Amino acid sequence: MPDNHYDAIVVGSGISGGWAAKELTEKGLKVLLLERGRNIEHVKDYHNADKEAWDYPHRNEPTQEMIAKFPVLKRDYPLNEATMGMWADEQANPYVEEKRFDWFRGYHVGGRSLLWGRQSYRLSPTDFEANQREGIAIDWPIRYEDIAPWYDYVERFAGIAGTQEGLDILPDGEFLPPIPLNCVEEDAAKRIKEAFGGQRHLIHSRVANITQPKPEQNRVNCQYRNKCWLGCPYGAYFSTQSATLPAAVATGNLTLRPFSIVSQVLYDKDRQRARGVEVIDAETHETHEYTADVVFLNASTFNTTWILMNSATDVWEGGLGSSSGELGHNVMDHHFRCGASGDVEGYLDKYYFGRRPAGFYIPRFRNVGDEQRNYVRGFGYQGAASRQGWDREIAELNVGADLKQGLSQPGGWRIGMTGFGEMLPDHDNRISLDHSVRDKWGLPVLSINVELKQNEYDMRRDMVQDAVDLLEAAGGKNVKGDVGDYAPGMGIHEMGTARMGRDPKTSVLNSHNQVWDAPNVFVTDGACMTSSSCVNPSLTYMALTARAVEYAVEALKRGNLS
Amino acid sequence: MNRRELLKLIALTTGTAMIGGKSLFAFSDAGQTSQPFSSQDVERLDELAETILPRTDTPGAKDAGVGVFMALFVSDCYTPSEREVFYFGLAQLEARSRASYQLDFMALSGEQRLELITELDREAMAHAQQQARREQPTPAEALTAETQTAQNQTAENQSSQEHADSEEALPHYFTMMKQLTLFGFFTSEVGATEVLRYEAVPGRYDGCAPYNGEPAWAT
Repeated sequence: MPDNHYDAIVVGSGISGGWAAKELTEKGLKVLLLERGRNIEHVKDYHNADKEAWDYPHRNEPTQEMIAKFPVLKRDYPLNEATMGMWADEQANPYVEEKRFDWFRGYHVGGRSLLWGRQSYRLSPTDFEANQREGIAIDWPIRYEDIAPWYDYVERFAGIAGTQEGLDILPDGEFLPPIPLNCVEEDAAKRIKEAFGGQRHLIHSRVANITQPKPEQNRVNCQYRNKCWLGCPYGAYFSTQSATLPAAVATGNLTLRPFSIVSQVLYDKDRQRARGVEVIDAETHETHEYTADVVFLNASTFNTTWILMNSATDVWEGGLGSSSGELGHNVMDHHFRCGASGDVEGYLDKYYFGRRPAGFYIPRFRNVGDEQRNYVRGFGYQGAASRQGWDREIAELNVGADLKQGLSQPGGWRIGMTGFGEMLPDHDNRISLDHSVRDKWGLPVLSINVELKQNEYDMRRDMVQDAVDLLEAAGGKNVKGDVGDYAPGMGIHEMGTARMGRDPKTSVLNSHNQVWDAPNVFVTDGACMTSSSCVNPSLTYMALTARAVEYAVEALKRGNLS
Repeated sequence: MNRRELLKLIALTTGTAMIGGKSLFAFSDAGQTSQPFSSQDVERLDELAETILPRTDTPGAKDAGVGVFMALFVSDCYTPSEREVFYFGLAQLEARSRASYQLDFMALSGEQRLELITELDREAMAHAQQQARREQPTPAEALTAETQTAQNQTAENQSSQEHADSEEALPHYFTMMKQLTLFGFFTSEVGATEVLRYEAVPGRYDGCAPYNGEPAWAT
């Protein structure tokens, strides 16, 4: 076997790529895992993990120099001193915004698995059926029953803290003990249940932070520092580095190659199969070819589709998977920054100890059952209650010793939350290649044209008003709705562009995430999503990836992929 | 109680909104060199900060090096127009001191300093309240506005919008000084561990702990 041949190639080392590498190597395949950015070694390279607020010269706020270097990242919270070096270089990696699109990218081993919010929810049976029932876009080619055992499987390994709630709209799973609610949230949950006749629920957020040690994975349970974004030295949250990569390495079957930009899938038009990938070395700019029997594209939603658009262009002008007319289309995100906050009276003899990497969750309750709003689908809320700190106004204290004394004591309780809304797949929301703009390696860049449509705007009105109603029912005072700055992409939940479906004429992938036009190419990151649900998507990518790998390996054994 | 009136610091669910940094004012016009602060400026900032947060039985602003922090933050994180407001404020501090007491700011007694700073605080508060009235759209207005701007929203006109915001929304210089004093102090090691409480590795979470008047958690 030539030394540039592997059984399988995985492109991208984030959440789904890490899972693909783990599953493929554990099934005995020799795997090449390609990552466009630098390596980050678990613990050793988490340079800021033990720093404190005062260790940052500007106390974690961005400087004008950082703002100039990151004109996109600066639009939201990810631009800070603590995570510098964890986001894609915007000068080397430009993209075109036909409309404003906030694309926050992590180009390094582990990708955004090191930076994610860790909220982990299952899609519901309703989510898989809604497109068909409402005649929107196309039907998912799978149903909840197809993916449920894979949710079980990935939850057990990743470690998801949560509670069994018995709700149809948010299926239960294989959970570790939950991260506790505080006493204000506990009481808010009771009041909401009562006020809405058991139809709305405030529950523990479900997060990929382990609340019991996993010695077999060398992971310690959460220490409640709430510094996940700096890389966890305890391996307490799920990331490629803490969980899937060590498992893949342990098999002896993995080769990890950082600084490897995949420029195209090499397509054999006679066999109608991929034969491998072309790689540009990010440091030397040299081009290499690697061959394999099967290729998994997990380069993150848009970059996976970028690779497809750049591949087999001699056969299809629009690239591999474009025969459907849907490659690059149906971009989705979760729209958010619509919520409310208010004061909570009392509980002044209560406080908390420790810093949670979690809060509460209110699952979707709109358009459930027979309800029909002036929009379809729904939204969930993420929020928390806490006591105010030094960064509050004390009306009667202005300057001096009394101010210092006042601010050194905790203030009253506040409760707040923001909705995460489902965004419908729309053919007009699309990405395409712009050959007039090139990145550092001379490659054409993506042009993005995405906007919210009427369904999302109508939903946002409910997202604000329902938040106000819920928090008032929860006992909040002076509750005020808020609408923050949101543009597509800001949810950092890019989905769609290479959707799964039942028909090669209207979808890019089949029910096992195979590209219709090249069955040995699998896409199992966010690109494959046929609809977006309103829940955070990463857990679904994990489950779809593990499911697709099992299918791929069985098909390989039967000789169906060659 | 509108917290934005005073500090514009943290909105519970939407993250920080410091002046400078990534606030709405943070259009990017970096590249201009910042005017360095002299050591006298830093001493002046230290005294100003110490008046806002004096040493008592616990450390004060000077113990936390707030003057140096303010100078660094303004130099590196403020936009040029925000920096101008801040420099103007430093000059005003002197001018107001001389007008009211015929003395340099550094030569004022503690009482005089507190009196002057209290007056500036009142002015800054009034300025911020006026701005808040002008700036704050209701949620309904914000929802309507976002549907209207979406049609032609490109990255370019987004940033020019930020630019327009910045010109009229500049805060009072004393708001900057007070915000940086509080921020610099309570995020310093001295402020976080000796005035507030900090636990580096809590190891557990208790969401219903009894509270008996201890200092607040630093984070």
